Amino acid sequence: MRIRVDSEKCEGHNRCKALAAELFDLDDLGYASAVAEGVVPPGAEDQARLAVSNCPEFAIEIVED
Amino acid sequence: MSDEHRPVEDWATDYDIFDPDYVKEPGPVWDDLRQRCPIAHTKRWGGSFMATRYEDVQQLVRMTPELSSRSPTIVPPSPELREEMIAEVKAYGSENPPITADPPEHKPYKQLILPFFTPKATDSYRAFTEDLCNTLIDGLVDKGQCDAAAEYAQQIPPRVIARILGIDPARGAEFTEWTQGVLELGQTNPELRTKYRRIIRDFFAELVAHRRENPSDDVVSTLIAAEVEGEALSDHSIIGICNLLLVAGIDTTWSSIGAALWHFAGHPEDRRRMVREPDLFPTAIEELLRFYGPVMMGRRILEPVTIAGTELTPGEKLILNFPAANRDPEVFDRADEVVLDRERNRHVAFGIGIHRCAGSNLARMEMDVALRTWFERIPEFELSDPDAVTWAGGQVRGPRSIPVRY
Repeated sequence: MRIRVDSEKCEGHNRCKALAAELFDLDDLGYASAVAEGVVPPGAEDQARLAVSNCPEFAIEIVED
Repeated sequence: MSDEHRPVEDWATDYDIFDPDYVKEPGPVWDDLRQRCPIAHTKRWGGSFMATRYEDVQQLVRMTPELSSRSPTIVPPSPELREEMIAEVKAYGSENPPITADPPEHKPYKQLILPFFTPKATDSYRAFTEDLCNTLIDGLVDKGQCDAAAEYAQQIPPRVIARILGIDPARGAEFTEWTQGVLELGQTNPELRTKYRRIIRDFFAELVAHRRENPSDDVVSTLIAAEVEGEALSDHSIIGICNLLLVAGIDTTWSSIGAALWHFAGHPEDRRRMVREPDLFPTAIEELLRFYGPVMMGRRILEPVTIAGTELTPGEKLILNFPAANRDPEVFDRADEVVLDRERNRHVAFGIGIHRCAGSNLARMEMDVALRTWFERIPEFELSDPDAVTWAGGQVRGPRSIPVRY
């Protein structure tokens, strides 16, 4: 599973970081990006889904590859 | 003014955001409007449209330049104050950037203040907030009863923001009075609004002058040293930003802490669950924000926009009713219930789009500390006189008196 953060949509709510800290990085302003090019480690899939479904800007998506 | 308070006959065409029954329990009106007239209208308080559906609010926040944030208060200021403000904006730029700025002016100001409010930055005030909450409880715990709004919730945000701004936390009561003067009571009282706007701006004018002479590492000094588009900020802008940082986090956060305590005081099952499962606090706080989120924001309609079949007419205001959107059953299961362990919660309590509340991490930290500290020290409490609970409403809704016993 991979995740992608649309930086055009992210407004820095930080919900993803609170719910799945190891999957996201925040920059100095609090805007999020996915770590490890979005690759979700095995076992963290539920956290990734949680982050997706709590983003008020619909900025995170799961990319199945 | 009395005409503004006549009883509402049809909420779709004549709503009153200050109606006392609505302020106490707005849920039924929101449900009615979402189904019957999702973009309601009123001529009261200067005239406005009000969006109550989640999907519409999501679209409307992205409609610039048609919808402007230059004056995000719902009730317009008095004609005199309005003229004064317009003259100042013409001479010096946006009143309280970034909240009163539109693109492209907005972004550099937002980027200027965001570093003060990242999770890391706001967590650095956690220990201060814990000490503050514990000191407040020290004074309440043996009394067996108190006003959880006035004696606890209200006391926290002004002192935390004062600490962040490098101003004296002991003046918290004054900051609360000023904030209520411009935001709460000032909504329907133009004289108060003008008076307290001046008091706040004079306070910060003096502070900015002092910091220019005596720089330190605080927020005001940071703003003095900062540049936007290669130019130092004017005193007008710095004062406006400080004004925003002070007032935006006071009655809003206090309303959220108060509403949460009011909820638990009246819902013993939920209260007992939080005592048993304190790890649930972060999830529960999001749900309380969804259900009791206090803030609606206004936009001025500059150009015609059509939403949900309704044309918004230029010159009037638009209310983005985030609290109503948060109870939209199209988006949330069991939308009209507080579900403490709700997992999927895309609520919009802090607004969405470019004007997302810059202080949302600070508000969450304060709610977390305030509720955990209360629950650790006063795990058993209930409303001592439910009829004596009072609510303030309008743009920011929350309980102002919550008599509890424990």
